Amino acid sequence: MSKFHYLSDGLVKNNPTFVLVLGMCPTLATTTSALNGMEMGLATMFVLILSNIVISLIAPVVPDKVHIPVYIVVIATFVTLLELLMKAYVPAVYASLGLFIPLIVVNCIVLGRAEAFAGKNGVGASALDGIGVGLGFTLSLTVIGLIREILGSGSAFGFKLFAGDGILAFVLAPGAFLVIGYLMVLFNKYLKK
Amino acid sequence: MAEYLLIIVTAIFVNNILLAQFLGICPFLGVSNKLSTATGMSGAVCFVITLATVVTWLINKYLLVRFDITYLQTIAFILVIAALVQMVEIVLKKVSPSLYQALGIFLPLITTNCAVLGVALSVVQKDMGLGQATVYAFATSLGWGLAMILFSGLREHLAMNDVPKAFKGLPIALITAGIMALAFLGFTGIGN
Repeated sequence: MSKFHYLSDGLVKNNPTFVLVLGMCPTLATTTSALNGMEMGLATMFVLILSNIVISLIAPVVPDKVHIPVYIVVIATFVTLLELLMKAYVPAVYASLGLFIPLIVVNCIVLGRAEAFAGKNGVGASALDGIGVGLGFTLSLTVIGLIREILGSGSAFGFKLFAGDGILAFVLAPGAFLVIGYLMVLFNKYLKK
Repeated sequence: MAEYLLIIVTAIFVNNILLAQFLGICPFLGVSNKLSTATGMSGAVCFVITLATVVTWLINKYLLVRFDITYLQTIAFILVIAALVQMVEIVLKKVSPSLYQALGIFLPLITTNCAVLGVALSVVQKDMGLGQATVYAFATSLGWGLAMILFSGLREHLAMNDVPKAFKGLPIALITAGIMALAFLGFTGIGN
């Protein structure tokens, strides 16, 4: 029970999107539909958990001066691994997320958690933190994607909800900013203490 | 010539890196409170993006492709970018300490500015030549700077207005950015 909060913190208290406001680029770019958002969230979670585990293991022996480059190399390694895996097994997903898979390297969430958490905590706690924050990110992205998909193309997870095309602007760039902006307002008003 | 002009117009207005491609959002939201900081940051990013693209293009062509190790692209590029940023930091510290102070934490953060890695990677993915790549990188970073400077001007005005509590700070900034992106949608079609 004592370790459970590492997991749950990532969902609301440390929600990467609405509270920490990290990793906004993929959040805005890949949430054109609920499924896309979820896939991006899961991909990031994969890297987050693995890099958290490895970094928590090597942190004690990494000299302080070079710890950031070392962390980035660890993260980049897992991103490359993910890239190769996705290319081999789910090429369609890889194609739809495009540039944003290699860009997980520079997602501030991953480096942020490495720096703020994994570098200072044990393996178990870091793994749980990776899962928690990863889930929080996936959840936020899925919700944003769902709202944009419903408003923009009148469907949810690919299933048509009502006839017609919806408001195109919500699938395009402006919709991303507007939906996230208003969701943040709601989050501030009702969930943040 | 016309080809380059098209690249420039498309990169700055139609496919604006910030408002249409969503690269480099973190500093866009983080350092856009003041016009002067935003201008400085834009300059630094412009310089880093153009330089990084040229260097990574050369490394990709003459090292990674030649030895057939292109799967190391992501790792190699991010290391080159990190080194370049460090260099810019050292130079800036000497040349303009006040700008260095103003940019603060966001300077090392250019490393994790996805616009830099994003442009470097997309240039390679699109198989551009060195000339095209350089022009594209420079124009794209100009577009980034343009959106950044316009946005910080808007935010300076926003700061003086009384917005509801839940909207304070980032939410209202995001909504403003949304309206700006809507305006930039008006440029769609110019490239064709």
